[in-house]
Amino acid sequence: MSHEQFEILSNQAVAACAILYFLVFLAQVAAWVTRPRVAAESTSVEAQGQGGVAVAAPPATGGPVSDRSDYWSRIALTLTVFAALVHFVALVSRGLAADPVRVPWGNMYEFTLTGTFVVVALYLAMYKRFSLAWMAPVVSLFVLTVLMLDVLVLYEPVTPLRDALQSPWLVIHVVAAILATGAFTIGGMCSVLYLVKERALARGRGTTGYLASVPELRSLDRLAYRWHAFAFPVWTFAALIAGPIWAEHAWGSYWNWDPKEVWAFITWVVYAGYLHARATAGWKGSRACWVALIGLATLWFNFVGINFFFGSGSQHSYAVEVVSRVVGG
Amino acid sequence: MTLTSTRPETPPSEPPDLRPRELLRWAWRQLTSMRTALILLFLLALAAIPGSVVPQNGVDSLRASQWREQHKTLAPIYERLGLFDVYGSPWFAAIYLLLVVSLVGCILPRTMVYWRAARATPPPAPRRLTRLPEHRTFTTTVSPEDVLDRARRQLRRRRYRLAPQEEGTVAAERGYLREAGNLLFHVAVLVVIIGFGLGSLLGFKGGVIVVTGDGFSNQLSQYDDFTPGTIFKPSQLEPFSFTVHDFHVDFIKTGRSAGAAHKFYADLDVRKSSGSSSTRERISVNHPLTVDGTKVFLIGHGYAPHITVRDAEGNVAASGPAVFLPENESFTSFGVVKAFDAQPTAIGLEGEFYPTYAFSNTTGPFSAFPDDEDPALSMLVWRGKTGTDPGSNQSSVYALDKGDLTPLKTSKGVQQRIDLKRGQTVQLADGAGSVTFDGVSRFVRLQVSDRPGSGTALVGTVLALLGLLGSLFVRPRRVWVRVSDAGDGRTLVEAAGLDRSSGGDLSGELDDVVTGMQEST
Ligand code: HEM
Repeated sequence: MSHEQFEILSNQAVAACAILYFLVFLAQVAAWVTRPRVAAESTSVEAQGQGGVAVAAPPATGGPVSDRSDYWSRIALTLTVFAALVHFVALVSRGLAADPVRVPWGNMYEFTLTGTFVVVALYLAMYKRFSLAWMAPVVSLFVLTVLMLDVLVLYEPVTPLRDALQSPWLVIHVVAAILATGAFTIGGMCSVLYLVKERALARGRGTTGYLASVPELRSLDRLAYRWHAFAFPVWTFAALIAGPIWAEHAWGSYWNWDPKEVWAFITWVVYAGYLHARATAGWKGSRACWVALIGLATLWFNFVGINFFFGSGSQHSYAVEVVSRVVGG
Repeated sequence: MTLTSTRPETPPSEPPDLRPRELLRWAWRQLTSMRTALILLFLLALAAIPGSVVPQNGVDSLRASQWREQHKTLAPIYERLGLFDVYGSPWFAAIYLLLVVSLVGCILPRTMVYWRAARATPPPAPRRLTRLPEHRTFTTTVSPEDVLDRARRQLRRRRYRLAPQEEGTVAAERGYLREAGNLLFHVAVLVVIIGFGLGSLLGFKGGVIVVTGDGFSNQLSQYDDFTPGTIFKPSQLEPFSFTVHDFHVDFIKTGRSAGAAHKFYADLDVRKSSGSSSTRERISVNHPLTVDGTKVFLIGHGYAPHITVRDAEGNVAASGPAVFLPENESFTSFGVVKAFDAQPTAIGLEGEFYPTYAFSNTTGPFSAFPDDEDPALSMLVWRGKTGTDPGSNQSSVYALDKGDLTPLKTSKGVQQRIDLKRGQTVQLADGAGSVTFDGVSRFVRLQVSDRPGSGTALVGTVLALLGLLGSLFVRPRRVWVRVSDAGDGRTLVEAAGLDRSSGGDLSGELDDVVTGMQEST
């Protein structure tokens, strides 16, 4: 296949997986509609002795499971797997579309395409271990929305990689950064759900409807923590080790306080704050959730906002050739 | 996080007593509390923001000075607040120094506690194991001694530390490395800060543009821009020099990526000191030259057209390559020529260079391709006002200060624009002289830097990461097994566990231990 054909294939695969993600959402809605109409009891009666033992997150799906609901749930899972495969095809063919062939991380469109894929892949990887069926609607809707924005706002034709980007450290740095972003994003979803559910419970609701299928607060908090605890070291590696090493190779200084670096640092500090908050009396639970969401906001702002607002001020600006930023003193 | 790992209790918020010693102790406890650390972290994040909004001297000095030009009223205020140098400003330093103090105040006592805890034996079993949320009970025909032996073997294999033998129970604990990892992490943060400090005190970073064929020697006067560390001395500069022998770049000619530059490199003839012989070194993007710890990076390139200006008397008033700074990806470049010795009045040229000249009615002249396939110049001509010396107030070699200049008018009364292809000569209006476009060289833009502490900082970050992994993923937990006689020759076995961190799968591990006790022979 020619490079042009791969580009077309990639675009079609993006459209196809977007449709699949929508079907995932519908299937999960079907699962929810067909769930048994027993008033779902809250599963929050988790034994907690003194000493507060952490129990692995229970499969806290509200109430008993009906065959039909279960059936739709499994369809949703199968569709998610298919969608992820097609999504992956979109990524690979995007790389094959470039001449010479390269990693599909040359611009924001491609970063977003990869980032959404990582969210889905991480979700699937942990589906069983964390019993994540209840997250399907959130994940599918999120990925669908971001993919649509990606195509509408960020789309760019395939271009080759700049020399500065041709370093193994690019691959290492970007893989780690996107992985961490994906995990932080899922962790953030858990934190949002925590806040929503907590608010609903405080108003005497939250034991019915979608929120009933969401695990109880304590498990949710622990789940959010586990995602963040995974993402944080990866981010540390991406932003504070691999990034500087690559910057040193490419631009001659490990750390330059370039806007992109500043915000990577801010994100890191805020998430360090999150980990501290969870260990500080009076900061657990919803306050820690808010800290995590601030962290997520800085992360996304760095990803999207910096390029738009600070454009040429950042060496990481994907729009401008590094080599053309030749300025005299 | 579980209850067990809740950290230092909240310090009293009111100063208890006003005696200086008590006050000091109170202040110290405030400063080293977890909540203060949290607040300082947020402050640090907040304080870093302005540096990404306001152009920084140390990051992009050109943009910083342009910004100052454009914001005449705000600039002095920002200057006083240190907003052009946020990361070197006193208030930014204040925050991270407080963090450092807080960090030290936090690490020291915790290290002491850990030192004791790490050598302590696992605590004895609680009286009622079945009270613990994670517990298992079963009976077996195996004798109590054998059950305990099996339990010990199982736990040892899982790297538990066992308490000295005690009648009828086994007490075991593991995961001591978690706190060690956490401490390592926080110490490593200190190391990073120290490394950073070294770099910003002793290091330097400078930029220079060198036309191919020309040389550079590592002296302050040769740099276009130079950012020294706080206690950097020019005598620290390594005495190397080099000549840029050649610069190579490939532009992709066809296909979807036409116009993109790749495979650029420069060959330098490097002398380590003034007396030594030269060696040829190739540098490219991602592959710098290293001389005695100083690194030379290739970070950009562009064109330097050779332009000769003759004055009214036919004498050469300016000649040689003039650096034109690229303005876009097709290397339309902007530059000036200053022939201020021209007679009878100085001559100045300002305009653009097009490596591959093209013209359209809507855009005027432009560059169709970044390579120098059909280079052309298009420049406006200025001349000095009689009786002035325009050379006296020129601040930059890349811009023409027009204070002492007036446009050179043609007979039609408009400012003269000269358009030249390679090899052409144009006569200036009013018999002021002539301009010849002799040819084109390329220039390279190099960055020279030395950051003494960066190795330290990097080692620190790697240690921090290791510590972090230990701190987040080592699961400290305790397991107890107790045996008793269940009658008719059977043994009642109770096993229970306690997770001291969140997120682990204690239940699974307890199951494994129990199965192991039942099965192993
Ligand atoms: C530069 C400043 C600091 C940074 C970047 C930082 C970062 C971190 C990170 C990322 C963690 C998570 C690792 C874990 O959960 O074990 C952590 C944990 C911790 N930090 Fe810090 N920290 C800083 C300063 C401090 C200070 C000043 C204190 C003392 C008040 C402190 C006390 C702790 C404690 C006790 C934990 C363990 C929490 C737990 O039990 O999980 N840190 N820190």
